[in-house]
Amino acid sequence: MSRGSHTKWLRALLVFCAPASVLAEPASHVASPTSIFAPASTPAQSIFGLSMFVLAVVGGVFVVVFPLLAYSVVKFRDRHNDDHSEPPQIYGSNQVELAWIVVPILIVVGLFLATAHVIASIQNVTPPSGSTEVVVIGHQYWWEYRYPDLKIVTANELHVPVSDPAHPTPTFLTLLSADTDHSFWVPRLAGKTDLIPNHPNRMWIDPHEAGLFLGQCAQYCGTQHAKMLLRVYVQPREEFERWVRDQRQPANASSASSGISSGKRVFESTACTNCHTISGTAANGRFGPDLTHLMSRDTIAAGAAPNTPENLRLWIRNPDAIKPGSKMPAMGLSDQDVNALTAFLETLH
Amino acid sequence: MSTDAIIWPQLQTESRPITERLHEWVTTVDHKRLGVLYVLYAMFFLIVAGIEATIIRIQLIRPHNDFVSPQVFNRLFTMHGTTMIFFVIMPVLFGFANYLVPLMIGARDMAFPRLNAFSFWMTAFGGLLLYFSYVGASGLYGAGNAPDVGWFAYAPLTSKTFSIGNSTDYWTLSLLVSGVGSIGTAINLIATILCMRCPGMTLGRMPLLAWLNLTMGALVILAVSPLTAAQIMLLIDRHLGGHFFDTQAGGSAVIWMHFFWVFGHPEVYVLVIPAFAFASEIIPVFSRKAIFGYAAMVAATVSIAFVSMSVWAHHMFTVGMSSGANIFFVLSTMAIAVPTGIKIFNWLATIWGGKLRLQTPMLFCIAFLFQFLIAGLTGVTLGAAPFNWQLGNSYYVVAHFHYVIVGGILFTLFGAFYYWFPKVSGRMYNETLGQVHFWLFLIGFHLTFDFMHVPGILGMPRRIYTYEPGRGWDIWNLIVTIGVFFQAAGILVFVFNLVWSFFRGKVAGSDPWDAWTLEWSATSPPPVYNYAVIPTVRSRRPLWDIKHPEDPDWRYE
Ligand code: HEC
Ligand SMILES: [Cu+2]
Ligand SMILES: [Cu+2]
Repeated sequence: MSRGSHTKWLRALLVFCAPASVLAEPASHVASPTSIFAPASTPAQSIFGLSMFVLAVVGGVFVVVFPLLAYSVVKFRDRHNDDHSEPPQIYGSNQVELAWIVVPILIVVGLFLATAHVIASIQNVTPPSGSTEVVVIGHQYWWEYRYPDLKIVTANELHVPVSDPAHPTPTFLTLLSADTDHSFWVPRLAGKTDLIPNHPNRMWIDPHEAGLFLGQCAQYCGTQHAKMLLRVYVQPREEFERWVRDQRQPANASSASSGISSGKRVFESTACTNCHTISGTAANGRFGPDLTHLMSRDTIAAGAAPNTPENLRLWIRNPDAIKPGSKMPAMGLSDQDVNALTAFLETLH
Repeated sequence: MSTDAIIWPQLQTESRPITERLHEWVTTVDHKRLGVLYVLYAMFFLIVAGIEATIIRIQLIRPHNDFVSPQVFNRLFTMHGTTMIFFVIMPVLFGFANYLVPLMIGARDMAFPRLNAFSFWMTAFGGLLLYFSYVGASGLYGAGNAPDVGWFAYAPLTSKTFSIGNSTDYWTLSLLVSGVGSIGTAINLIATILCMRCPGMTLGRMPLLAWLNLTMGALVILAVSPLTAAQIMLLIDRHLGGHFFDTQAGGSAVIWMHFFWVFGHPEVYVLVIPAFAFASEIIPVFSRKAIFGYAAMVAATVSIAFVSMSVWAHHMFTVGMSSGANIFFVLSTMAIAVPTGIKIFNWLATIWGGKLRLQTPMLFCIAFLFQFLIAGLTGVTLGAAPFNWQLGNSYYVVAHFHYVIVGGILFTLFGAFYYWFPKVSGRMYNETLGQVHFWLFLIGFHLTFDFMHVPGILGMPRRIYTYEPGRGWDIWNLIVTIGVFFQAAGILVFVFNLVWSFFRGKVAGSDPWDAWTLEWSATSPPPVYNYAVIPTVRSRRPLWDIKHPEDPDWRYE
C-alpha cells in the first residue's frame, strides 16, 4: 500500500464520518409538522431548551475529540520509509489519565444539574384554576377522550383551548389504557408519556398558538400501532367553548327522510350498538369510538382516512381496506344497508 | 513454547467419511471447535436477521408502501431484534471467547468442556425453537405464526388475551433455553479465567481480552438470571393461570418492564465489553505499542459493569416514574460516560506516538473509535430524561443503538474476524477484499444510521409498518434504505473472502501480525490441547519479551 493511497482513504474516512455529527441535525427540522425542535407549548419548550444545551455540550466534546482522533490516525500512520524499529513503548501516565477522569466528571455534573432542573419544572406542576381536565384512554388503535368536568366524550381528535402564556390555561391529561400499552406523543406540544393499564399517568400541555398539532402512538400496541394517529385541535377560547356546547348536545335526532330512519334501524338492530355509543339512542357500547358527533371529526379510524362519505362506506363494508387488523369487524352487510347506514351516520353532526 | 509435532485432528481425518467427521463436530467438547461452531451458527443467523432487516427497510422506503402486510412487518421486527441480540451477537461473542480465552491464558481447554458443549447446544436449540414458530405457532387457533410482540415483549401484549396461538410461547421458551446456555458459558468463562491461567500469569498480567470476558461473564450471570425468571413467570401467566403481568386480572405491566430492562441494559454491556476486548487487543498490535493505561482500562471496565446494573430504568423514562426516580436514573446513566470516556482516551493514547499499520482489522477498529464516540454522545442526549421524553421510542433511539451495536460491536467483530482468521484457519484472508468490505460497509453504515437519527427528531416512532406522507420523513427513509444495500454488499464480500481464503489463502504461519499475546505462539490452527508444554509468562506481552530480550516488558510492569 503506497503512502498516497493511505492519505486518500483517510480523507474519505473523514468525509463519511462528518455527516454523523450530531450538530448537523437540528438544522433539518424545517417543514415537518411533528418536529421536536418546533415547540409550541411550555413542556416542549423547556425540553427544547434543555436539548439545545445538551447538544451544545456533547457537540463540544465531539469537536474536540473527533479531530483529535482523526489527527492521531493521520499523523501516526506507518510511513514504511523508515527502519522497521518499534516505536517507544509507553505504558500509561497517571497525570494524563487523571485529567480525562476529572474533565468528564465535571461535564457530567453540569449536564445532570440542568437535566434535574427541567425534570422538576415539568413533572412537579399542580393544575392552576382554569385548566381543562381530559381523561385519555388508549384502545387498540384509537383514542378515547373524556372531559369529566364538561361531560363530553369523544374520540381520536382532541380539542383543547389555547393558553395565553401570561394567563396560562393549560390542559391536564390523565392517561389510562383499556388494553395494551400506548404512548401519547405530540412532539410540538410535549414529550411522550405512556398509557399503561393499571398505571394511571399524568401529563400537561399549554399550547400557545391555535392550530392542528399532529402526533401518533409511540408505544408498540399491536397490529395497527402505525395507524393510531393523534390530532390535537388547539382553538381560541370562544371557538373551543362553541365546540364544547355542540358536543354536549345529544345526537341529531331528526330522521326526516326514510333513508336515514332505515339507516338508524340497521344501526340499532346490528352489533354496531355493542361497540359504539350514540347518545340519545339505544347504542351504548364502549369498545369502539363514540359516534354521537361523528361528523364533527375530520378523520375516521384514528386519523387513518379523511371523514368522507366514500371512506365511511368503505370502512363499514370492510374496515381492513383502510386499517388491516383493526378491531372493528366487517359486518357483511348488503349494499343497501351500507348506504342507509352511511346516510344515517352523516346526520351525526 | 509451541510445537509443530502435534497435528490438528482434522488433517488426519481428511480421508474419513463425512458422517464420521460430522459426528466428531457434533460430539466435540474442544473449546476451539465449539468456538467455531458458535461463530458459524451466529453467521447463519446474521444472514437471516439481515434479510429480515432488508425487508423491513424496503417496506419503509416510502410512505404507505405495501411490500409486506402489517402482521408480517410486526413479526419481522420482533424476529430481527430477538435474533440479532440472542442468536447473532451473543453467540458470536461467546464463540470468540471460547476460542481465544484458553489460548490467551495458556490453558489447554475451558474449565468445564462438557458444560461448554451443553451450553452451545442449548443456545443452538434456542435459536431453532424461535424459528420453528414459523411452522408450529399457529396451533389450533389459526393465529399468526412467529412472535410479533417486539423484542422486549411488553406486557400485556404477551398475555393470552392479546397474543393467542403459541408464537409468544416459542419466543419465551427460546430465550429461556438459550439463557441457560448463556449462564453455563458465563460460569465456564469465569472458572477458566480464575483457575486455569498458566504459571506467571497473575490477574494483573492477563491480556485485556481475558479481563473483559471475565467481566462479561459476571454480567451475564447477573443479567440473564432475571430475564430467565421473567420468562418463567410469563409461562406461568400464559399456561398456569398466573397473573404477574396479566393486567386484566390486576397484574402489572410495569413489573415486566423492570424485569426486562434489569436484564436489557446490562445486556448492552455484555455485548459491548467483548467488543472493547477486541479493540484492546487489535489497536496495540497495529499501533506497535503496549496498551496505554492497562490498570485504568481494567478499572473502567469493572466500574462500567457495576454502574450498568443501576441504570435500567433509563429505558423507562416515559412510563411515568416519579421525578425523584427519573433524576436518579439520569445521574447513574450519565455517570457511565466517565469510564467509557477513559476507554476512548486510552485507545487514543495507545495510537498516539505509534506506527499505525492500516490493515483491515485496524481499519475496522479505527472506524469503531469514531463511531463509538458518536454513539456515546447520542447516548448522553438520550440519558437526559426530558430529552428522552421526545426521543424515546423514536427512530433516534433506533439509530442510537444501532450505532452501538453495528458501529461499535459489529465493526470490532469484523476486525476480530480478520485479525484471528489466520490463527483459526491457518491461512491469510485477502487484504484487498477485506478493504473493499470495510469501505462498502462503512458507506452503508453511515448512509443508514447517520440519517436515521433525523426522522426520529422529526417525530417518527419506531415499530410502525408504514407512515404518513408530509411529515418530512420520506427522504430520510429513502436514504436509510439505500444504505442497507451497501451493507449487504459488504457482507457478501466478507463471506466470500472468508470462504475463498479458507481454501485458497496464503499459508499464514503462527504469527502473521508480529503480535504479542500467547495465542500467536501456538501453530495456526493450534493443535488439540493447544500447548504441548504449558507456557510460563513474566509480563502482559510474553511474545514481546521473547522478541525483545534487550527491553522486555517485565522490567516496567
Ligand atoms: C366489535 C366491535 C365493533 C362493532 C360490532 C362495530 N364497530 Fe365500528 N369500530 C370499532 C372499533 C374498535 C373502531 C375503531 C377502529 C380503529 O380506529 O382502529 C371502530 C370505528 C368505527 C368508526 C370510525 C369512528 C371514528 O371516529 O374513527 C365508525 C364510523 C364505525 N366504527 C361504525 C360502525 C358501524 C356503522 C358498525 C355497525 C355496522 C360498527 N361500527 C360495528 C368496533 C366496532
Ligand atoms: Cu401504539
Ligand atoms: Cu440502557
